[in-house]
Amino acid sequence: MNALLNVADLHAWYGESHVLHGVSMHVDPGETVCILGRNGMGKTTTLRSIMGIVRKRTGRIEFAGQDVMAMPLHRTARAGLGFVPEERGIFATLSVDENLMLPPVVAPGGMTLDEIHRLFPNLLERRHSPGTKLSGGEQQMLAMARILRTGARCLLLDEPTEGLAPVIIEAIGNVLRELKARGMTVVLVEQNFRFASRVADRFYVMDHGVMTQEFPVADLESRMGMLHETLGV
Amino acid sequence: MIFGIPVQAFLGQLLVGLINGSFYALLSLGLAVIFGLLRVINFAHGAQYMLGAFVALLALKWLGLPYWGALVVAPLVVGALGAALERTMLSRLYSLDPLYGLLFTFGLALALEGALRWYFGSSGQPYSAPRALTGAVNLGFMVLPIYRGWVIVASLAVCLAVWALIEKTRLGATLRAATENPTLVQSFGINVPLLLTLTYALGAGLAALAGVLAAPIYQVSPLMGSNIIIVVFAVVVVGGMGSILGAIITGYLLGVAEGLTKVFYPEASNIVIFVIMAIVLILRPAGLFGKEG
Repeated sequence: MNALLNVADLHAWYGESHVLHGVSMHVDPGETVCILGRNGMGKTTTLRSIMGIVRKRTGRIEFAGQDVMAMPLHRTARAGLGFVPEERGIFATLSVDENLMLPPVVAPGGMTLDEIHRLFPNLLERRHSPGTKLSGGEQQMLAMARILRTGARCLLLDEPTEGLAPVIIEAIGNVLRELKARGMTVVLVEQNFRFASRVADRFYVMDHGVMTQEFPVADLESRMGMLHETLGV
Repeated sequence: MIFGIPVQAFLGQLLVGLINGSFYALLSLGLAVIFGLLRVINFAHGAQYMLGAFVALLALKWLGLPYWGALVVAPLVVGALGAALERTMLSRLYSLDPLYGLLFTFGLALALEGALRWYFGSSGQPYSAPRALTGAVNLGFMVLPIYRGWVIVASLAVCLAVWALIEKTRLGATLRAATENPTLVQSFGINVPLLLTLTYALGAGLAALAGVLAAPIYQVSPLMGSNIIIVVFAVVVVGGMGSILGAIITGYLLGVAEGLTKVFYPEASNIVIFVIMAIVLILRPAGLFGKEG
């Protein structure tokens, strides 16, 4: 199968600080891939570099056969990559509905408003509230929902469960499983190993700006010792 | 009599205040729109206001374009010049301290003003109001020159339209979001650099529109922008930097405050706006409508 997302020898810098040291990874269509690693190892930078938010980078990033390295940031989204940042990025001056409708539809096949409201009923109930008045869990749902509307083919999801209650984490897990059933491709950065093991098909382990290991979910049990040691979980 | 002042004199100065306030509101609105999204303190705003009046004057002299045509053409011409300026020069300064944008636009304003002074001289050139707006209406308690009434109505309509565009439309929601986090908005697939260019063009166009409206009242002079821009900056500071509603409401209020000061204590009329600005800065540094922190 041809990979939907192919990253080869990706280096990235924040100013003079060299953060990624040759990241290589691939994600197949419909796959949920999770990047594991301790804090500060470059997981978020990997997503931000793939998306084009971090501009100082070298290497190769191909998405759906297109070289996205040279594209301006807004063109990367138009190519079908959707990014949900760790901090969620809900706009305080916009209502829930305005936040939801903000990203333009980039391709057919995105969720309709009815589907989104069925998946995230709270967003319908609180549609007129300012976006930042929502709870942390609701903000995470809004951040995901607004990308699902756009028809993006691949979701880059940065630590969606951070700081959330177990019941909300369970709900987000259900949403990811539903997305998987719909054929959505997901790249997930996650510290919550227990959560990631329930939704991911394949894992990358990241250490000091490079991918050090790659394994399928089936190998998870046999690698638990190594993961505990490497990730401190 | 109102507070010992004849009603006619009181209302006359109220009208003058409202007219000045109309220009303050239109100009500070453009400044607020530009500052809100681009974080550029556009010192060239006065020059763009002056350019609007000159485009109207020259279009009339050279092309025979009447006032009504100039109301459309001048904002488009100055807006297009603004777009070119933003795309080719101003955009290079976004990664630097906002002070660089201020210095650049300040220098540009001086250059534009100097060039027009060299070519046209400093004295004002008359620009007639259209025939349909000449004359006056007797309201019973005062005589209202029709053109001045038109300026107030036109300014109010434009301010409300721009406010509605920004607060009530999807495009406005995009602008507000881009003000908060332009990188994230761009990551959604929205061409933020183009949005910045169009926003600067809108701000410059609003200044030019104010210039065309002002031309029949104040005459067209290269200095007309520098005469008003400092007051307009004071209005923006009092309203709250970047606050659209603050710019509009404060523009009218300070215009009226200035007008009424002329009635009760004329010596202070030139400084009252700056005194209000100083008090607001001490009591509420973010401005009357700005968000603290």
